[in-house]
Amino acid sequence: MVKYFINKVIASYYLAIITMSLLSHLVFTEAVHAADGKLISTTGVTQVEGTGGSGIVPWATLSGYDSREQISANAFISRANVDDYELDIIGLSASFYDRVEVSLAQQKFTIDATGDKIEQDIIGAKVRLYGDVVYSPWPQISAGVQHKILKDSAVADALGANNSDRGTDVYLSLTKVHLGAVFGFNALWNTTFRYTNANQLGLLGFGGTNDNREIVLEASAAVLLSRHLAIGIDYREKPDNLDTSEDDWKNLFISYSPNKSISLTAAWLRLGSIAGVDNQDGIYLSLTGHF
Amino acid sequence: MKLIILLALTLLISCASQPSNLYNKIGGEQTIERIATHFVDEIGNDEIIVAYFEKSNVDRFHQSFKIHLCSLIDGPCKYEGDDLKEVHRGMNITEGDFNRIVDLLINAMRTAGLTHRERNRVLARVAPFRGEIIYQ
Ligand code: HEM
Repeated sequence: MVKYFINKVIASYYLAIITMSLLSHLVFTEAVHAADGKLISTTGVTQVEGTGGSGIVPWATLSGYDSREQISANAFISRANVDDYELDIIGLSASFYDRVEVSLAQQKFTIDATGDKIEQDIIGAKVRLYGDVVYSPWPQISAGVQHKILKDSAVADALGANNSDRGTDVYLSLTKVHLGAVFGFNALWNTTFRYTNANQLGLLGFGGTNDNREIVLEASAAVLLSRHLAIGIDYREKPDNLDTSEDDWKNLFISYSPNKSISLTAAWLRLGSIAGVDNQDGIYLSLTGHF
Repeated sequence: MKLIILLALTLLISCASQPSNLYNKIGGEQTIERIATHFVDEIGNDEIIVAYFEKSNVDRFHQSFKIHLCSLIDGPCKYEGDDLKEVHRGMNITEGDFNRIVDLLINAMRTAGLTHRERNRVLARVAPFRGEIIYQ
């Protein structure tokens, strides 16, 4: 545990995000263009590939609090620590007029046993096609794309991935908040259809013996216990293209948004088999700052 | 597994109990009166929203809003004012304004003593009017 928290670099990122978002909170409080046009806790957080969502699943919501007249910028830092691996992610996103989100994320995957690192950059874009997650009668619907640039190909090559340079996922997400629906608590569900061939997010390359693109299903369900606190579950079906099998991912998360500038998420992860090592369980921590 | 999750969720949402009469549950006329009073105060203190009410008759709004809310939450009132689409036409109310007024209404309900869950239930009744109010 100590290892997680004494990492100076990580700590300073956290500090930077907190300071920046608090500052912008102060600076923008009086300004008309501050992106605060949505109900607190309804934007979700930032998922592992840098787009608005929960811990591991992209949602139809964009990452900011912008309404149709506003622009917002967001920064996040996350760490997933499972038995034999670690994943550090930092990223930035901007959303425009509650319509378009662009995002940039940098993932660094560490294999504990060897100390080897695999880095990947993800450029993302998402467009809201229909609706409002809270108010429209049907779910909010968005379509997105994640272009993944794998910078370290050796492991992907060794495991037999078809492509070890880059890959592109496209997805369609449907998300809906039901006010007061579960014994008076607000409830949220999300379903995402992703067309992908990315092995373990792309960190282990793309495809197996063939290109192997397929549609996988991802889902989240959450209950907002208060205006600031949400608990939920994620389920992410995964492709299984390599000889070292890949399992579906699950997590149980809790997310705290004390104000519209910051949200903190902690999750208990069950990621199954990764690169030939089974039963990868662990903890995920994530901080998003909204400016 | 994913099927189980989807099923459980659908079940939760569909069988989640709705109290038979929200109006009685939150305390009837007295509570509605408190909500309306605090709501008008909240609006008066919000520099963006108050601008829309510059030429309005506050007492009239208080009264109409109260009756409208009462009728929405199963109270013994019948709203006979103008259609909300008509009322808000030409005001150019934005999505951001709407979300802002919802925040003010939440504050008013909290001050009036409603619990988090009661507030959500009231909001669920108010939310469907959004389409008739913004960008008219
Ligand atoms: C939660 C959604 C809303 C509901 C349920 C609602 C309901 C009402 C009702 C019942 C009235 C009284 C109509 C009458 O006098 O017959 C009213 C009037 C008014 N509303 Fe709304 N309203 C909502 C949102 C908004 C928003 C977002 C704004 C502006 C930012 C707004 C601005 C006004 C104004 C200025 C009046 C007074 C019009 C006059 O002077 O006669 N309302 N509203």
